[in-house]
Amino acid sequence: MFSAQYSRSFAAINPRQSDRVPVAMPAALTTALKAAIVVFPGSNRERDVANALERASGQKPTLLWHRDTNLPACDLVVLPGGFSYGDYLRCGSMASQSPIMQAVKAFADKGGAVLGICNGFQILTESQLLPGVMLQNTSLRFIARKVHLRVDQTDSPFTKHFEPGHVMHVPVAHNEGAYFADDATLDTLEGDGRVAFRYVEADGTMSDRGNPNGAKRNIAGILSPNRRVLGMMPHPENATDILHGGIDGLPMFTSIAEALAA
Amino acid sequence: MSTTHTIMTEKSDAPALATPVAGEPEITLEMAKEHGLSQMEYTMMLSIMKRPPTLTELGIFSAMWSEHCSYKSSRAFLARLPTEAPWVIQGPGENAGVIDVGDNQAIIFKMESHNHPSFIEPYQGAATGVGGIMRDVFTMGARPIANLNALRFGDPSHPKTRHLVSGVVAGIGGYGNCVGIPTVAGETNFHAAYNGNILVNAMTVGLAPADRIFYSKAAGIGNPVVYVGSKTGRDGIHGATMSSAEFDDESEAKRPTVQVGDPFTEKLVMEACLELMATDTIIAIQDMGAAGLTSSAVEMSDKGGLGMRMDLDKVPLRETGMTPYEIMLSESQERMLIVLKPGAEEQAKAIFDKWELDFAVIGELTDTGRLQLYMHDHCYADIEVSPLVESSPKYERPHVPTPAQAPLDTSADYSNGKPIFETALEMIGKPDLASRRWIWEQYDSFIGGDTLQGPGSDAAVVRLPGTSAAGTVKGVAVTTDCTPRYVLADPVEGGKQAVAEAYRNLSAVGAKPLAITDNMNFGNPEKPEIMGQFVGAVDGMAEACKRLEFPVVSGNVSLYNETNGQAILPTPAIGGVGLVDDITKTATISAEDGDTILVLGQTHGHLGQSLYLRDIKGQETGPAPSVDLDAERHHGEFVRRLIAEGHVNGVHDVSDGGIALALVDMLMANDKGFTTDQAMADEAEAFWFGEDQGRYLLATKDPEAIRKLAGDSLVLTTLGVVEGDHIHHGEHRTAISAYRDHHEAWLPNYMAGSTAQ
Repeated sequence: MFSAQYSRSFAAINPRQSDRVPVAMPAALTTALKAAIVVFPGSNRERDVANALERASGQKPTLLWHRDTNLPACDLVVLPGGFSYGDYLRCGSMASQSPIMQAVKAFADKGGAVLGICNGFQILTESQLLPGVMLQNTSLRFIARKVHLRVDQTDSPFTKHFEPGHVMHVPVAHNEGAYFADDATLDTLEGDGRVAFRYVEADGTMSDRGNPNGAKRNIAGILSPNRRVLGMMPHPENATDILHGGIDGLPMFTSIAEALAA
Repeated sequence: MSTTHTIMTEKSDAPALATPVAGEPEITLEMAKEHGLSQMEYTMMLSIMKRPPTLTELGIFSAMWSEHCSYKSSRAFLARLPTEAPWVIQGPGENAGVIDVGDNQAIIFKMESHNHPSFIEPYQGAATGVGGIMRDVFTMGARPIANLNALRFGDPSHPKTRHLVSGVVAGIGGYGNCVGIPTVAGETNFHAAYNGNILVNAMTVGLAPADRIFYSKAAGIGNPVVYVGSKTGRDGIHGATMSSAEFDDESEAKRPTVQVGDPFTEKLVMEACLELMATDTIIAIQDMGAAGLTSSAVEMSDKGGLGMRMDLDKVPLRETGMTPYEIMLSESQERMLIVLKPGAEEQAKAIFDKWELDFAVIGELTDTGRLQLYMHDHCYADIEVSPLVESSPKYERPHVPTPAQAPLDTSADYSNGKPIFETALEMIGKPDLASRRWIWEQYDSFIGGDTLQGPGSDAAVVRLPGTSAAGTVKGVAVTTDCTPRYVLADPVEGGKQAVAEAYRNLSAVGAKPLAITDNMNFGNPEKPEIMGQFVGAVDGMAEACKRLEFPVVSGNVSLYNETNGQAILPTPAIGGVGLVDDITKTATISAEDGDTILVLGQTHGHLGQSLYLRDIKGQETGPAPSVDLDAERHHGEFVRRLIAEGHVNGVHDVSDGGIALALVDMLMANDKGFTTDQAMADEAEAFWFGEDQGRYLLATKDPEAIRKLAGDSLVLTTLGVVEGDHIHHGEHRTAISAYRDHHEAWLPNYMAGSTAQ
C-alpha cells in the first residue's frame, strides 16, 4: 500500500525539467487490482493503457473482445482510445450498440467503475453513461499535443492521489474532442462536482488559449453522479513513464490501483 | 519428336489460349499507346504473346511495364547502389528492406511516393500513400512502430499550395492516427519547382522477429491462392499508368484514378495478417499495391518460377458487372494475396472471419509458368510469367551530366548590413525554416507510448520492446533527409549530402546508422538532363553509402514529376535508420544553463546554394557545398562516443541556415539564452550562415574534456555559453521568446490565410 506522501511525490516531479536524464521509476507497486480492457476492432491504445495500469498496480489487465457478452469478475472496465468501428459514423455510436456494451452498462448500473479515455469517452456519452457529446475540434483539425489539465475533483477513485487544483501535462490526440452539453447539464455537472479535469494554461488559469479543442467550459473529463464512471479526452496513459518526458499521468493510475483493488 | 511425346504435350501443356469475348476490341498499336506502351514495347509484347493479346492481357502488360512497376528507366542505374552489410537480412527486391538489430529483432522499412495521386486529390492521395507503405511493411511480418514522411510543396504564394498542404497533412494524419501508428518525424520544403508536382513520400518502420520474416516467393504446385481484405471496386484503375506520365492542364480529370483509403479496414487487415503470421500456415504473402491483383499475382509467381490460375468469379467485388480487365487493374486499397500451405484454409479463414474481412480462395499455383485468368469459364488471359517480368523493358536512357555551377564571386559583398542575429531572426520565420508544428500536431506521435524523441528532434527515437543481451533497452532512430537545391546545383554532391545528412541526424541522437531507404523523385527521364540528374544523384549516394557503411535496403522511384514541361527539383529523399544500444544514452537538441556550445567540424563559410543567399540575398546561385565523407564518418563516430560516454548535454546537426540557425534551434528547444564568445564578434555572415557539411553543435559543461578527446585531428570552435533568456552577440540582444514566436508564427498564419506567403 502506498501513502499520500508517496503519491504526491509523482506530482512533484516536473517533467519538463527531468526529461533529459531518465531517473529510476518508482518501484513497481503490487495491488490486487483486476482491470479489464474492452478491445474493439479499431481500438489502438489498449496496450498503452494496459501498460499504465500495470505500472501502477503490478497487475496485467485482461483484454476483452467486443463480441463478448459477459464481463469477468473485475474492479474496473476500461474503454480505450482508438476508432472502435472506424468511426465513419458519429464517433463511438456504433460501439455503444456492440454486444459487450450491454454488459458494461449493466456493470456501471450496479456501481462498477468504468474509465473511458478518448474514443472510450465518446462511447460513454453515446451509451448515455455520461451526459453530453463530443463535437469536432473548433480548428477542424486533428490535434496531437501535450496540454495542461487541472484536477478539479479529487474525491473519486480516479483522482484521489492528486492535490486539488494540481496541473498536469499530458497529451491529447483527437479530431472530435470538443465536449458539448446544454447549459443546464453543464451547471449540474459543475454543481455536483462532476468535472474531473479542465484544460488550462501552465499556471492553472482557465482560458480560451489553454483550450485545445473548444470544449464547453474547458471540460476535459467528467464523472458520473456516483463518481464511479470517468470519461476524459486526454491520454494520461501516455505520460506514465519517465521516458515519455514525464509521469504526470501516473497518479491517476495509482489512484485507481489503490481505490479500486478489491 | 515421337508421337507419344506430342500427344502428352497436347494433353498437359496445351495453353488455355485466351480469346476476346464478344464486344471486346481488337488490340491495335493505337490502343497500346493509349495504355502507355511505346511502339517498341508493343512489338515486344507481341513477340512474347506470339498472338494478338486480349484486352485484359494488354492491361496487364501496360501495368507491369509502366515506369512505376517496372523501373525500366532506373533499374540499370540503381544497381550501382551498395545494398549489403553484415546486418542486412533483405535488400531491395522485396516489399521492404530488413536489417538485423540483434536479440532476434529485425527492423523492416521502406519509403514510397504517392506524388501524382496527392496532387490530384491530396487527402486520399496522401492517406493511401501511408496505407500502401504500411502494408509493404506488415506484409513481411512486422508490426509498424513508426511512420515518417518527406513532403515538398510549391511556392506558398501559388494558389493551390494551401489546399495541397491542408489536404496532404490531414490525409497522412487521418490514416496513420486511425491505424494507430505514431508519426514521429518528417520534413517539409516549399519551392516553386513543385507548383505543379508536389512530393508526398511516406515511410514506415516496423519490428519483426528476425526468424519470422515473410516473403513473396510462391512455392508448391497446387497450393491455394487466397485473397483477403477489402472488396475490389473500380477505383484506381490505371493508377500505375497515370503515375508514369507527365501532367498537363487536364490532369485533374484523372481524379477517378485516385484510390480511396479506409484506415479502419487497414487496421483489421494488419491485425488479421499478424495473427495469421503467428500460425504456421503462410508460404508467401504480398500486398496489392500499384497495379493491384496484377502485380501481386505476377510477382509472386515469377519469384517462385511457377504459374498461377485464378478464377476471377471468386474475387470479392464491391460493384456488379466488373470485367476481368477492371478486376485485374483495380487499385482498391487494403487487399492482400496469400499462398497458404495446403489444408490451412479453414484455420486462416477463421482468423479473417474474426476480423470480419473477406477471405476467398481464388486460385492455385500451377506448373505451367503461366498466369491464366478465368471468368464465367472463359479464359481472359494466358501469359507466360517469366518474360512478362524478366524481359520487361529496361532502358539505359541517354544522360548528360549537370554542368558545374560557377563559383560565387569572391570579391562580392555578401553581408546583410544588419546584426547577425537580427538576420537569423528574420530567417527563422521564412517558409523553409519556420516551425512545422502546425503539421506535426496533426499526427499522433504519442500513441504506443514508445516515442522517446518525436517531431522536432534531429532524428526520432522509438523504444524497442524487451531487454537486450547486454541488459539494456534498445531504441531505433529514424529520419528523412534531402536538400533538393543542392541536388539541382550538383547532383553528385547533393546525392552524397542527402545520405550524409541522414547519417549525421542519426549520429546526433546517439544512434549507429545502419541502413537507408531511398525515394528517388525526378522529372521526365526521357530528357537527358533529367536522366543526368538521376544518374549523378545515384553516383553520389552510392559513394556516400559505401564510405559510411550505410547500405540501401529498399526504395522507390518516382519519375515524370513534370507539368507542362516544368520539372521538379531533383529530390532523392533518404530515410535513414539507426540503432540506439541503450536508450538511457541518447542526446536531444536542447542545451542547459552554463553549457558551452562548440562547433565540431571545419567552417569555411560556404554560401553557395545556402538559404541565407536565397532567402536574404535573393540568389539561388553558386556550387552546392561539397561533402567530405571521411570527415563525415569521423565526426559521426566522435559524436556517438561523446554521447555514449556522457560528455554532452545536447547535440544538433548544422544544416539549413548554418551555425546561426542551428544555435537558435538549440536554444529555442529549452527556452535558453546565449552569450557569444568575444572571439566570434567579427565573424561575418559566411561564418554564421554558411552551409559547410559534416558539422555538429555540441552543448557541454566540460569543453576541455571534449577538446582532449578530439586531439589535433578534429576542429572544434567555441561559440559561447548558454545563459539567461536573451541571445547576446556584441551589442545585439534579442529575447529567445522573440525567436520562438517568430518561428512558430509563419505556418499557422499562412494556413489561416492571414499571410500571403
